[in-house]
Amino acid sequence: MNKTYNFAFFDEGSKREIRRATLKAIAIPGYQVPFASREMPIGRGWGTGGLQLTLSLIGKDDVLKVIDQGSDESVNAVNIKKLVSDTTGVRTTESTADASLIQSRHRVPEVPLQRDQILILQVPLPEPLRNFEPSEQETKKLHAEREYSGAWLMLFEQIMKYGIMATDADHPVMVHDRYVMAPSPIPRFDNAKLDDSEALILLGAGREKKVYALPPYTNVSSLAFDDYAFEIESFTNHACILCGSNDLFLDELVDGESGETYFQCNDTSNCLEMVNQKQISGVK
Amino acid sequence: MSVLEVPVLSVKQLNKQYGNGCSTCNYMKLGKVTKNYCHECGTVYACRGVTFDLHHGEVLGIVGESGSGKSTLMKSLYFDEEVTDGDMYVAGFEDGKKNLFMESAQKKRFVRNHLMGKVYQNPILGLKMNFSSIGNIAEKLISAGNRHVGSMETRGAELLEAVNIPIHRMKEEPRNFSGGMQQRVQIAKALSNNPPILLLDEVTTGLDLSVQASVLDLIKGLQRDLNISIVLVSHDLGVIRMLADRTLVMLEGKVIEQGLTDQILEDPQHSYTQQLVHSLL
Repeated sequence: MNKTYNFAFFDEGSKREIRRATLKAIAIPGYQVPFASREMPIGRGWGTGGLQLTLSLIGKDDVLKVIDQGSDESVNAVNIKKLVSDTTGVRTTESTADASLIQSRHRVPEVPLQRDQILILQVPLPEPLRNFEPSEQETKKLHAEREYSGAWLMLFEQIMKYGIMATDADHPVMVHDRYVMAPSPIPRFDNAKLDDSEALILLGAGREKKVYALPPYTNVSSLAFDDYAFEIESFTNHACILCGSNDLFLDELVDGESGETYFQCNDTSNCLEMVNQKQISGVK
Repeated sequence: MSVLEVPVLSVKQLNKQYGNGCSTCNYMKLGKVTKNYCHECGTVYACRGVTFDLHHGEVLGIVGESGSGKSTLMKSLYFDEEVTDGDMYVAGFEDGKKNLFMESAQKKRFVRNHLMGKVYQNPILGLKMNFSSIGNIAEKLISAGNRHVGSMETRGAELLEAVNIPIHRMKEEPRNFSGGMQQRVQIAKALSNNPPILLLDEVTTGLDLSVQASVLDLIKGLQRDLNISIVLVSHDLGVIRMLADRTLVMLEGKVIEQGLTDQILEDPQHSYTQQLVHSLL
């Protein structure tokens, strides 16, 4: 552990400021709380919001997992893990079930979260109405007055243009029938995992200087029309080439040599666990 | 018309000033201002004690020179601007007994979304130029609580047809349209949830004569068919003569004369109105 820095990189005042914003965010589910986003040793837009939440919350007994689009081993995830463990000395893990603190970019893990876990999502654009209304002053008013026609209008436009709601990721959700919230660019497949979650979910946007939260057991529903229901990505007739799962979120990949496409689990640690389990039961 | 008929819209003593005022100009009636501008503190008194009633199915014209407060009045009525003081009652809201200017922003928004439609002089203010025309109409329907794509699409197509926009262009953005077409999309949007009150702010200004005529025709037709009440602002007396049943003349933020349109145009009383009518080509 690197002793040149204070525990968890930040000075205590910074941690307190971020925790204060976090507490407010938890008290008002789905409401974007502005906070004094710090300069970080990584660039803004590379997960600084999530990292600041992680650093302000982490304690000596925590076990940390960092995921970057489902992968534990991508450069971003590895570097964030290194920074945190170097300045705190906490243990890191790849298993979702073992972790007490999970920082993630654009995915909610496939293994259901438990009540003593905290999921931290990195958010690039926290404002669900931004494409509809460029002014922050105006969007604040719209949130205050619960005026969300803009969010529905953007979905309506997609239906007019493409015949379906074409949000790949970041499909807006209504939190506890009050605030419309950007769930960070998680696939629509993961939206359902936010609803009534047992774990606390925190969302941090470092560049946009906002923190928001979904406390455990919050109602989260994806926006939809009466005649156009919300639909998740479908992987019918496809299964993971490694573990054989067909009910999880899969990536479509192309074999460089044969040019054929195949599917593989997006959540790498879960896939590995499934493969291991199979081999163990195979040995029996 | 029954004697007890309540006006659809009633405005009493509406004042709107930009600036805080000072001891020189503070007393509305006694204060020293040049036109409606105070030289001491730079305060502009845009609307001063404007009072009028709008009845069911009536077209009320408002004329006046540039800077007379017409547009400020319209902005205040549509809650785009907060008034300094005054009362406004709308028949469809709490039986017309509550002063809307004193209500919360949510209540104002409700009235705006459910009971009013507005067509701005500049289409950029009234339309989202980077959303499709049908989307623009849907915006108004969505804010009034509609969550059914099919019904909104049918209603939108119906309205665009009514304002002579070809249906095959309904998914196009209004920024691709000509000024007259944009204005007609705005009218379709304003009418989408059958508002009892329609506010038209210089709808034909800047359009060429043939398009002007078709837009006016459209407004007249819609007004007759749907029996809506319209407040129509214009500095073009021809437009007022054609559409308005009753007319207010504004000057320096005040209503200086009001009456039946024919009466105002044939027998103007105030010297400004006389000048205005005489300068009609």
